[in-house]
Amino acid sequence: MSGTRHALVAMRAIVIREALRFVHQRERFIAALVRPLVWLLVFAAGFRAALGLSISPPYQTYITYETYIVPGLCGMILLFNGMQSSLSLVYDREMGSMRLLLTAPLSRAWLLFSKLLGSTIISILQVYTFLLVAWLFDITLPGWGYLAALPALLLAGLMLGALGLALSSFIKQLENFAGVMNFVIFPMFFLSSALYPLWKMAESSELLHDICAVNPFTHSVELIRFALYVEMNAMALVWTALATAVFMALAVWGYDPARGMMTRKG
Amino acid sequence: MKLPILTTLTAALMCSAAWADEIWVTNEKDDTISVIDIETLEVVRTIDTGERPRGITFSKDFSVVYICASDSDAVQVMDPDTGEILHDLPSGEDPEQFVLHPDNRHLYIANEDDAITTVVDTETRTVVAQIDVGIEPEGMAVSPDGKIAITTSETTSMAHWIDTETQELFANTLVDSRPRHAEFVKDGTELWVSSEIGGTITVFDVATQTEKAKIDFEVANIHPDRVQPVGFEFTTGYTHAFVALGPSNHVAVVNAETYEVEEYILVGRRVWHMDFNRDRTQLFTTNGVSGDVTVIDVASRKPIKSIKVGRFPWGAAFRPTD
Repeated sequence: MSGTRHALVAMRAIVIREALRFVHQRERFIAALVRPLVWLLVFAAGFRAALGLSISPPYQTYITYETYIVPGLCGMILLFNGMQSSLSLVYDREMGSMRLLLTAPLSRAWLLFSKLLGSTIISILQVYTFLLVAWLFDITLPGWGYLAALPALLLAGLMLGALGLALSSFIKQLENFAGVMNFVIFPMFFLSSALYPLWKMAESSELLHDICAVNPFTHSVELIRFALYVEMNAMALVWTALATAVFMALAVWGYDPARGMMTRKG
Repeated sequence: MKLPILTTLTAALMCSAAWADEIWVTNEKDDTISVIDIETLEVVRTIDTGERPRGITFSKDFSVVYICASDSDAVQVMDPDTGEILHDLPSGEDPEQFVLHPDNRHLYIANEDDAITTVVDTETRTVVAQIDVGIEPEGMAVSPDGKIAITTSETTSMAHWIDTETQELFANTLVDSRPRHAEFVKDGTELWVSSEIGGTITVFDVATQTEKAKIDFEVANIHPDRVQPVGFEFTTGYTHAFVALGPSNHVAVVNAETYEVEEYILVGRRVWHMDFNRDRTQLFTTNGVSGDVTVIDVASRKPIKSIKVGRFPWGAAFRPTD
């Protein structure tokens, strides 16, 4: 019992640390919000007429491009934050606070999960702020959708955060984060259904469509998209949950001093 | 004990079935009518018609439905319960649109290829009059008191005013290019005519047949050439008009007092005509190219669903089923 309490106290402490770090970096919050808003209000406006119209689930009727990309931009916030969180881990490791955290008498997986949960909660707050701004610009969703999206955002956030954690265990220095941007974030974002529906991808290239279809980010975006319209996409749920488990296992393995990459980095 | 419950349930079911009003949609390329159940927003029946059905209207008591089967050169009269064609009316060549006179007896039919308006007595099934109008007549309207009929001609770009007693033209007024649809509003004091190529709606004062206002449309990110007003309908009390804007794929909401456009609603491709449900809380638009009907919630002005129908849906008509 006391062990459980101890674990929960540790989780609370880590989540609060994440929250404090977030509160102290207001520029980060604004930057995280500006990025999707630029896409929504500038990029989407330009592409409005260029993209053809078609009804595909969960939409019951024709939608504007702005409405289409909202779930993808929610995913974008989670993706960038997941990666930013991994950047902070690299920083923590360089500063030595990571070593201190991992020496706590608790399971490493639990500590990593707590860290993940903390950053995901912060990401979700940013997503809801983004949805509020979108609503102010008359891009509205079904009322219950805002609530129904919460578990989907949580799972998608955990999945992308876990990916960030796994990647951070392989990154030696802060400078290498640019590589993550180029080789992970951008391909993951652009090769997904965030900006264009998969049928549109198939029109230009079947190969692109297939790559998008196996991208876990596509499934997390679709999970969020369906949830925002109070619908369940079982396939997206399974894919996202599976990817979360795999990335989390990789992160735990990566941060295990006995077997993972930590040993090589010293 | 179980019998009364069963009887009540059956009665309730029958009652709910009886209240499931319908929207009838003509499918120009399928030669069919799709019947949409307003409760479930699904197509519940598909009925065969003559070739290229376009205009559709019910008799005042909803006992029969009239269909312009343009390529069959006939106006067909159908029993809406059975879907059986009862007989054809002599319509003249290529009937496209028509309007039923308030006397529930005379149909005013636009004959697109012949540049005439044919008046048919639906009881005797005879042609009462044929009136020469401009080239390619299309839009038809009759004033609420039944004294004036209007034909708009696409190529001549005119609204022709017909005295229904003498069946003769008494005025011709110019409108913008390719007028498609006409409606008398506000107890017959105003006439609205949409011009497809001109991209406008002209509002006439009926007493003087003079232009009172002109409504322009501008949809963001859509080329002006694609903003083509066609069919339109009015909310209760004639406060607002919903205007189909053809290949711009939008419906405009126009304030009928100020003649200002308040909003544009995204619908399917090449939106053409429309009709309301019983209490005018939902609007059903026919989208020709995308082959569907978009349902708009009138209060929130949001599209709520698009229902797949046949190929090139054209006209829409409401049918109460109680």
